[in-house]
Amino acid sequence: MREVVAEFRNPVMLYSIGKDSSVMLHIAMKAFFPAKPPFPLLHVDTTWKFREMISFRDETAARLGLDLLIHVNDEGVARGVSPVASGSSVHTQVMKTEGLRQALDKWGFDAAFGGARRDEEKSRAKERIFSHRSAQHGWDPRNQRPELWRLFNTRIKAGESMRVFPLSNWTELDVWDYIAEEDIPVVPLYFAKERPVVERDGALIMVDDARLPLLQGETPRMEKVRFRTLGCYPLTGAIHSDAANLDEIIAEMRASTTSERQGRLIDHDESGSMEKKKREGYF
Amino acid sequence: MSAAEKLAQRGVLPTLRFLTCGSVDDGKSTLIGRLLFEQKLIFDDQLAALERDSKKHGTVGDDIDFALLVDGLEAEREQGITIDVAYRYFSTDKRAFIVADTPGHEQYTRNMATGASNADLAIILVDARKGLLTQTFRHATIVSLIGIRHVVLAVNKIDLVDYDETVFDKIVADFADFAESLGFRSITPIPMSARHGDNISNPSARTPWFKGQHLLAHLEAIDVEEDRAGRPFRMAVQWVNRPHLDFRGFAGTISSGSIKPGDEIVVAASGRKSRVTRIVTAGGDLDRAQAGDAVTLTLADEVDIARGDLLAAPQDRPQVADQFAAHLIWMADEKMLPGRSYLMKIGARLVPASITELKHRVDVNTLDKHAAKTLALNEVGFCNLNAGAPIAFDPYAENHDTGAFILIDRFTNSTAAAGMISFGLRRATNVHLQELAVDKAQRARLKHQKPAVLWFTGLSGAGKSTVANIVEARLNARGAHTILLDGDNVRHGLNRDLGFTDADRVENIRRVGEVAKLMTEAGLIALCSFISPFRAERRMVRELLGEGEFIEVFVDTPLEDCIARDPKGLYKRALAGEIKNFTGVDQAYERPEAAEIVLARNGESAEKSADEVIAQLIERGIIEH
Repeated sequence: MREVVAEFRNPVMLYSIGKDSSVMLHIAMKAFFPAKPPFPLLHVDTTWKFREMISFRDETAARLGLDLLIHVNDEGVARGVSPVASGSSVHTQVMKTEGLRQALDKWGFDAAFGGARRDEEKSRAKERIFSHRSAQHGWDPRNQRPELWRLFNTRIKAGESMRVFPLSNWTELDVWDYIAEEDIPVVPLYFAKERPVVERDGALIMVDDARLPLLQGETPRMEKVRFRTLGCYPLTGAIHSDAANLDEIIAEMRASTTSERQGRLIDHDESGSMEKKKREGYF
Repeated sequence: MSAAEKLAQRGVLPTLRFLTCGSVDDGKSTLIGRLLFEQKLIFDDQLAALERDSKKHGTVGDDIDFALLVDGLEAEREQGITIDVAYRYFSTDKRAFIVADTPGHEQYTRNMATGASNADLAIILVDARKGLLTQTFRHATIVSLIGIRHVVLAVNKIDLVDYDETVFDKIVADFADFAESLGFRSITPIPMSARHGDNISNPSARTPWFKGQHLLAHLEAIDVEEDRAGRPFRMAVQWVNRPHLDFRGFAGTISSGSIKPGDEIVVAASGRKSRVTRIVTAGGDLDRAQAGDAVTLTLADEVDIARGDLLAAPQDRPQVADQFAAHLIWMADEKMLPGRSYLMKIGARLVPASITELKHRVDVNTLDKHAAKTLALNEVGFCNLNAGAPIAFDPYAENHDTGAFILIDRFTNSTAAAGMISFGLRRATNVHLQELAVDKAQRARLKHQKPAVLWFTGLSGAGKSTVANIVEARLNARGAHTILLDGDNVRHGLNRDLGFTDADRVENIRRVGEVAKLMTEAGLIALCSFISPFRAERRMVRELLGEGEFIEVFVDTPLEDCIARDPKGLYKRALAGEIKNFTGVDQAYERPEAAEIVLARNGESAEKSADEVIAQLIERGIIEH
């Protein structure tokens, strides 16, 4: 992180409110102590995040005294794009990928931190820590710079940018161990609680507000659930769980037989779909 | 307590980073897939996807093809080869592991070096049926060059030779012969079948003759720590932390050794000393920090320290030199050119550097040394380098963090090479620049002009020399003091030993650049007329000179016109194949992107072009009106 601040003109930290973002932000607070991290946080808001995520986001920025930039793809909103009406892949493309590109262009950021980890998905396993993006924000997996030792080539041409993934070598379990050890606040949705859910296509979807149209035969039930990963609420499946604190989560994780992004409906559009999204500029 | 100590206290073994290397079908990806599967680390949903994919892409019939789990990208899935480095993570009760899966395909050596640079151990796979291949030697050499000291020789597909002990013994003996000179601290041969799970994470009943540990047991137990904390203190300053006037901290990650408040440190390059007052972290000040810890230090004195400086223990300092010998692994498509200016990143420092001499190329298949003029992609060489400023370093064998560097291409910004310093050639501290009493501004003032270099570049026959001649005549008539360096003339004297290969062209321009610089020191306006086809070299000359002193004049004559004019009859001969490496015919001319003066010569007379140059010189204040 210090490398980025020293080498780039205008860095930003992508803050997605999830546990990885929380860890990344915590590390930034430590890396620059006693100074504050010398960059703003950016949240690309799809307008479909859980309400608890939004309130957590605003509290966090206020508590740490950091600048928080929020960008919404107004064009997408105007076109009525939503996960309900447009389907997961159009929604993600327009509200997240395009929204992110708009935001990076709007403020002219030349480096953006992201909380992605290589253990999440196959194409992310090949991602660099410093990942070079064209002026159009595209990723070319065949033309990546080799990363040797801890020497990062941070040179870019005008208009190009760098995505930087400080947590590349962390695993999901590392993240939870660290959250427990450093006592890092996370969104309460990660802890099990009675929540209203419906079961849809094999996933447990939480009914977070009235925008979610209920299909025939669907009635929200109160069930004890938690989330392993947080995205847009209609696209993020919960899991049945009794893990209400960090130790219980870690114990549950160790016994787990399914992967973390299993709850993310957008990854299953088609095999290799994460790689396609990344080439287009998704994180 | 430092982070490293906390881990030790919790009884967590340091993470083992290892890489797997082998030839195309040796079964690397299958091995990693198998390891994950046997550790129950393939999740149910991943296994379901894998079964689906195995039917579609798989090469093992109805069985699960574990290779598909790790071969990530779509393109390589279709080609059936890994094209990049992929990282995998798993842990057992005893230890956490990070696996770099590196390509076996011949042309991707650079990715292997990349994976190797952060690994403590290498698993070299050999197909039991095929024995040692050229690539096996190559991989072992690169692994050794990068400084990995522990190797597992995985003799895979042992099932396909009926678990035959003699086959295994022969491969082990052959490898031991070759590896003798590679300096490995441990070589552990294991017979295995990744597909069937023999000796991966369980001992196999089908190899009763094998008395060693199975792979996972070996990985869990091996000690690869090199006692970094016990070595001399080194920390590269990454960032100077200055939140307000009363705090000035130097942030970095400790590469080796340990530090506590009160310890004396020295800034390696300047030799300035001070004492550590605090070790600042967000969790409170520390009494002690050691290798691996990211900290912020405050010092007792106001010492001039910037990003890139190396802080060290005064009683055991790193070397400081601007010239050194190093191994290079070339990673760019474009060949290495001695004399060309690259950017060198070492620690947190970025300096211009060039290769002054390629001593030899190393054949990584045989370890033989060959004379060579250049290095191509994936080639390894031993070179002398010259950095633009003295740098502090340790030999790579002693300290990877302070002895490793990368070279960056100044135009494409790609990482052109990985380097490992062997030794310094000359203590830079012994060579001081002589301070001169009269400087170039004073010399130029007497002449009522500003010193400058007018660099005429363009194709052969573009009219560079013609225009430069007229410009010089006009300047002379105005009473300006000039000198003209012409490509053809210089090649008759100073550069008579150089030919027209890319490497010689670079050296030609480097020498001319240095001469032009001396001329500006004398206060002169130097007119240089050189084809100078590469941007990198024109930029090198620009950077030799002061701000505003280098004026690039692009004589932009269309190639067809140059061929039609052909004043020296050279195009005719080049087009007939009689002259090789002729710019515009079989060698590229890289057009300037931001020349100060562009002379678009579509039939304009040389006089008119010269007028344009003179007008520009007046405008820029080089000569008086």
